[in-house]
Amino acid sequence: MTVPENPLRDPQDRRLPRIAGPCSLVLFGVTGDLSRTKLMPAVYDLANRGLLPPGFALVGFARRDWAHQDFAKVVYDAVKAHSRTPFREETWRQLAEGFRFVPGEFSDDKAFANLARTVDELDEARGTAGNHAFYLSIPPKFFPDVVGQLKEHGLATAEGGAWRRVVVEKPFGRDLASARQLNAVVSDVFPPHAVFRIDHYLGKETVQNVLAFRFANAMFEPVWNANYVDHVQITMAEDVGIGGRAGYYDGIGAARDVIQNHLLQLMALIAMEDPTSFDARNLRQEKQKVLAAVRTPDRIDLHTARGQYAAGWQGGKQVIGYCDEDDIPNRSSTETYAAIRLDIENRRWAGVPFYLRTGKRLGRRVTEVAVVFKRAPHLPFTETATEELGQNALVMRIQPDEGVTLRFGAKVPGTAMELRDVNMDFAYGGAFVESSPEAYERLILDVLLGDPPLFPQHEEVELSWQILDPIVSWWAERGRPGQYPAGSWGPESADEMIARDDRAWRRP
Amino acid sequence: MRIDLTETSANAVAAALLQARRKAGSPAMGMVLTLIVVTDEAGHRDAMRAASEVSTEHPSRILGAVRGDGRGRPRLDAEVSIGHGASGEMVLLRMTGRLVKHPVSVVTPLLLPDSPVVVWWPTDAPADPAADPLGRLARRRITDAAAATKSRTQVLAQRARRHMPGDTDLAWTRLTPWRALLAAGLDQHPVRVTGATVEATRGNPSADLLAAWLRTRCRVDVDIKVSDGPGITSVALHSAHGDIALTRPDGRLAMFTIPGEADRPVALPRREVAELLAEELRRLDNDDIFEDAVQVLARSGAGASRKPARRTESTAGSTTVTARKTSTKKRSGKAGSKLEKKAPKKTKKQQKARA
Repeated sequence: MTVPENPLRDPQDRRLPRIAGPCSLVLFGVTGDLSRTKLMPAVYDLANRGLLPPGFALVGFARRDWAHQDFAKVVYDAVKAHSRTPFREETWRQLAEGFRFVPGEFSDDKAFANLARTVDELDEARGTAGNHAFYLSIPPKFFPDVVGQLKEHGLATAEGGAWRRVVVEKPFGRDLASARQLNAVVSDVFPPHAVFRIDHYLGKETVQNVLAFRFANAMFEPVWNANYVDHVQITMAEDVGIGGRAGYYDGIGAARDVIQNHLLQLMALIAMEDPTSFDARNLRQEKQKVLAAVRTPDRIDLHTARGQYAAGWQGGKQVIGYCDEDDIPNRSSTETYAAIRLDIENRRWAGVPFYLRTGKRLGRRVTEVAVVFKRAPHLPFTETATEELGQNALVMRIQPDEGVTLRFGAKVPGTAMELRDVNMDFAYGGAFVESSPEAYERLILDVLLGDPPLFPQHEEVELSWQILDPIVSWWAERGRPGQYPAGSWGPESADEMIARDDRAWRRP
Repeated sequence: MRIDLTETSANAVAAALLQARRKAGSPAMGMVLTLIVVTDEAGHRDAMRAASEVSTEHPSRILGAVRGDGRGRPRLDAEVSIGHGASGEMVLLRMTGRLVKHPVSVVTPLLLPDSPVVVWWPTDAPADPAADPLGRLARRRITDAAAATKSRTQVLAQRARRHMPGDTDLAWTRLTPWRALLAAGLDQHPVRVTGATVEATRGNPSADLLAAWLRTRCRVDVDIKVSDGPGITSVALHSAHGDIALTRPDGRLAMFTIPGEADRPVALPRREVAELLAEELRRLDNDDIFEDAVQVLARSGAGASRKPARRTESTAGSTTVTARKTSTKKRSGKAGSKLEKKAPKKTKKQQKARA
């Protein structure tokens, strides 16, 4: 008998969610912060929304002397504390049968042999059918070990129609050379389409909406170019310090931590040409094209700025400076604030600078993209009437308070003609109980479905490093960055940098 | 903030909305649709609460049309509230007297310009929603056959015969998780479906729709059997290789059965009305799949294939397996399907006789 197509599926039936096929997720780095606060809750939330297959299994791997139930307890606590959707006993029961734990070191052959057995057992008992995703929530220095072990024990390849995938988290290296090295390690074992690099920003609804906003509307695209746009500011400000990430952060810094991935990806989405379709290949092509057209400033000294937060007051609380944080050397030269100007050399964007900035311990937590338009070529008003009139701006608020703001001039009520800027706000609906998914939910589901549009490929990663490398190495040769008081909007050098172009930072 | 208006007009209500928004300091409107909730004094509280929960996902202007006593002087009382945890605006419009017959005149000035209008009847709905004066305003008309208080067994069939694009029913929305799991089951096990059985409480409209959907999609006959519930208790797709089945005896946790593999538990809780409503509002275009299913119902009459189950089959849970087996055998013989085809005519006649 020939295998019929699934009669219950119909492209018109858009209610039916795509449920991942039978599979398991093998989690390395179970004890890490990310696993407990994001990944485990995301898995539970997916199950609660009915998007995980019955028989889904979650395997933990760590250097702990745990039994399966100990691992289940860890997941239980993490889910109780951090899940987005309400806790339901029945969802828990569905998941709990699929929990497995494999104790061991990354270099331990026995442990990986045990993992291979566990995976086989799951195929048998839970019907995962040889489909397994390996999530490396561990520092990159362990990648070679783990990936090598996966290959050694035959875990990296599957037979028949089954798949094996590997998920890696940022940072994807610390410069071009190390990124290539890392990629070599992973791609030696997994083919490119099986490698999923998670940049959780790309999983956010609002980031995906950038594409909808640009390409679903008629009224924005005509002005989306150098004829009308004066410049673009992309900001990701955090109010927190480095917290417990000292070991990772020192020596990496703001530019590598945030600009290389989140901000350059955002910039690519804002600046790219329209893709012929929204499949992964076409999207990626357009992003790569625009990233390849990015030019770093010739005078790095004039068009970049960096800083390090000093002690001060943030949001009504007294906080310590970066160098006083635990495990940070007293004379660390790591920057916690970075601002750079980039230009895109293509017809659409020539002459439009993109200013990217990010920092810790800034005024407030906000991520946004502001497209600032040129002034009207002629203003038929008196000079006094337009004194308060700024430039039109379109702001995409990525987080928090997701939405879009349009800033334009309006007449101040009264007799005299006087113009001032006003905001028009659009706010996304808040987080409804079951519907507005966390970025990690979306991304984990996409991994299990094998749906790659939201994951950067190594070409994009390498292009980003090519953009950033000259800047960070120039900084590295020039000692320690200047300081800025915690709770402010960054160092003065950043204000001077943008003032050189006769522009000013928006206060986000 | 809340503004109470007694013996008022729709224009005064519109002015109050504007005033409330101004006072809240947010002249911008992020609302995406107008949701009209047609309800009565007894049910408006629950309905409005569900609607306001939905409003966090779909910021909307919610107009609760409460139809009171139709006798006496026409009178409109209104309760305007914005910013009570919901991101939209809420207006409760109490109509009494002759005004009860003219709710459209009240609602028209309050519709958001240019954005879609959705009407929701939380309990009893008109037999022909698209022809209803309020229904005519809307792009989408949401009914709930399972919540009907009168002639529950026929309400879906009646509505099915008058189905218009844009009509939808929460009995259908309730099925989405079931349908998703069945489709996923067939994704994993692409077998040829030879028949199907649905078990549910007597007169369950979702079961009728599920059966109708399976009939249109798989082009097979579908048995509906009566169980003690709650709701749908099981559905099985029969094939030469065995059954792909979902069994949910407790209304929460289901067993997912696939031929040749161990049974697996899967959470399948019954969903709150607010969740169903939110799903409905996510898509405002016509639901072709629902229309196909409804047309099957319209042709056959709901519950056409419903046969009084024998005692052993009617109890849910442990006996479902045997029930399923007998039905598989029946499906393989031709006699079974003949019976199936005859059944609808009979019920149609019965319904006519009753009418």
